[in-house]
Amino acid sequence: MSVDLPTVRKIASLARIAVTDAEAAAIVPELNNILGWVEQLSAVDTDGIAPMTAVIPNSLRLRDDVVTDGNRRDDVLKNAPQAEHGFFAVPKVIE
Amino acid sequence: MSDLTNLGIAALRDGFRAGDFSAREAADAFIAAVAAGRDLNAFITETPDHAIAAADEADRARSAGELRPLSGVPLGIKDLFCTAGVQTTAASHMLEGFVPPYESTVTSKLFGAGAGMLGKLNLDQFAMGSSNETSAFGNVISPWRRGGDTVALAPGGSSGGSSAAIAARMVPGATGTDTGGSIRQPAAFTGTSGIKPTYGRCSRFGIVAFASSLDQAGSMARDVRDCAILLEQMAGFDPKDATSLDVPVPRWEDNLSGDLKGKRVGIPREYRVEGMPAEIEALWQRGIDFARDAGAEIVEVSLPHTRQALPTYYIIAPAEASSNLARYDGVRYGLRDLPDGAGLQDMYAATRAAGFGAEVKRRILIGTYVLSAGYYDAYYTKAQKVRALIARDFERAFETCDLLLTPTAPSAAFALGEKNADPLSMYLNDVFTVPASLAGLPAMSVPGGLSAEGLPLGLQIIGRPLDEQGVLDAGLAIEQRAGFTARPDRWW
Repeated sequence: MSVDLPTVRKIASLARIAVTDAEAAAIVPELNNILGWVEQLSAVDTDGIAPMTAVIPNSLRLRDDVVTDGNRRDDVLKNAPQAEHGFFAVPKVIE
Repeated sequence: MSDLTNLGIAALRDGFRAGDFSAREAADAFIAAVAAGRDLNAFITETPDHAIAAADEADRARSAGELRPLSGVPLGIKDLFCTAGVQTTAASHMLEGFVPPYESTVTSKLFGAGAGMLGKLNLDQFAMGSSNETSAFGNVISPWRRGGDTVALAPGGSSGGSSAAIAARMVPGATGTDTGGSIRQPAAFTGTSGIKPTYGRCSRFGIVAFASSLDQAGSMARDVRDCAILLEQMAGFDPKDATSLDVPVPRWEDNLSGDLKGKRVGIPREYRVEGMPAEIEALWQRGIDFARDAGAEIVEVSLPHTRQALPTYYIIAPAEASSNLARYDGVRYGLRDLPDGAGLQDMYAATRAAGFGAEVKRRILIGTYVLSAGYYDAYYTKAQKVRALIARDFERAFETCDLLLTPTAPSAAFALGEKNADPLSMYLNDVFTVPASLAGLPAMSVPGGLSAEGLPLGLQIIGRPLDEQGVLDAGLAIEQRAGFTARPDRWW
């Protein structure tokens, strides 16, 4: 499988990364080089093999359903590029 | 008094306890070394005040008889660990100026054990790289040089600030993180030691995430004992990390032994890759001789899917990265780029275009592609199946041996700029370290000797899950026999 310019534009859009025409054109051969290389995996016989889900066997734990943290609004907002009235602020999304 | 920066972690701890010097004297010596080593660009943020406060507290604790395991020991912290009140960047413009209001579990444990912090160490951006050249804060320059020239060499990556700072004696030890070799390869390049423990030993809470099923913190230092001391204080169950292992932390330091009698050391034949430089092969043979001399039985083993490990890694790691790095949206923290008149979607795209470096974008795009509709099974599910086969290879090998011995990297340190034009040739650097990462196994690198050009070469030991002790013991056995005392000539 290989990618072309429209595919790179689509991936970049899915990943929410703005790319210029020149950048997108440069990315095409780079991705194809890497994808061509990982393609060798298709030759590996994996019939009947379950995909790995946990690298070290570990059972998921449950904890008591209690509040362990909170009331830290100012901490949460401290690193926000723009915070107003105790909220994260973003450009207008509803006209 | 002799220069305290010549002391490692054990010597600092013990000398401080014996009253040979104060913690403040030790901290001051390292703070001066950090300031004198700025040409190496190993630090993104220096934190002398933190080191001094911890040292003063250690001096007070000593007179009060309240010593803690790392009282008197200052450390470097990879700038991937969130440190409360101290900028944490992951070496990316995306997080420049980010000051976490909370502490990572690993640093919290280290500081709770009495350690101080000399600063936040440079790394590859979001830990993606093998040479430290993807940092948005400039290259780290290795203190090592080839005999007879002044070409700037890579300190390895992604924990390149950690390895350079230890090799240059600016810190006695440091934290690292390892996703595909990011502790072991930099240790090998700089003549230092580093261990990546079993996946789940150290909490990932507060470590900027790259590939969550692979990321694991570990210790880096001048020798094996120091790695054991540090790791003991970093490891342990943490309910804040769902994959943290709820098992006791052994007393690795107390139990250290370089005696390998009764141990079977496996030599995986598939690691004898085509085009392996003669000096790497010679190094490997030297390591085999060391292990045998320490009492181990040497057995040949097979890990049939070794060749598939790198391509598997370069599907899984970018896939997880594309998901993890979706959080950088310019809303909650980090950079925001809001072009005039832009809407929310444009803001996301502009922010991420401006904040991420080229390698990070490349991996996010690959990850987005392999996870996208129609390709998920062909790439991601297939890679997770091959990963299961790679893990099974190790399980089978460990039926006939207790440990594995391999070279850490396929070459000595390369020059800055030598490999970064071609992403694939850079990725191939991790050929020997990635398989153990995919299988979640403990693995360490120790110096084994010098290349013809006078550069350090590392040997890797891989162990069974949770057998850090076996890995450290074999590391010690090699260290005792390699007699590695070379140090970079001071030019910085």
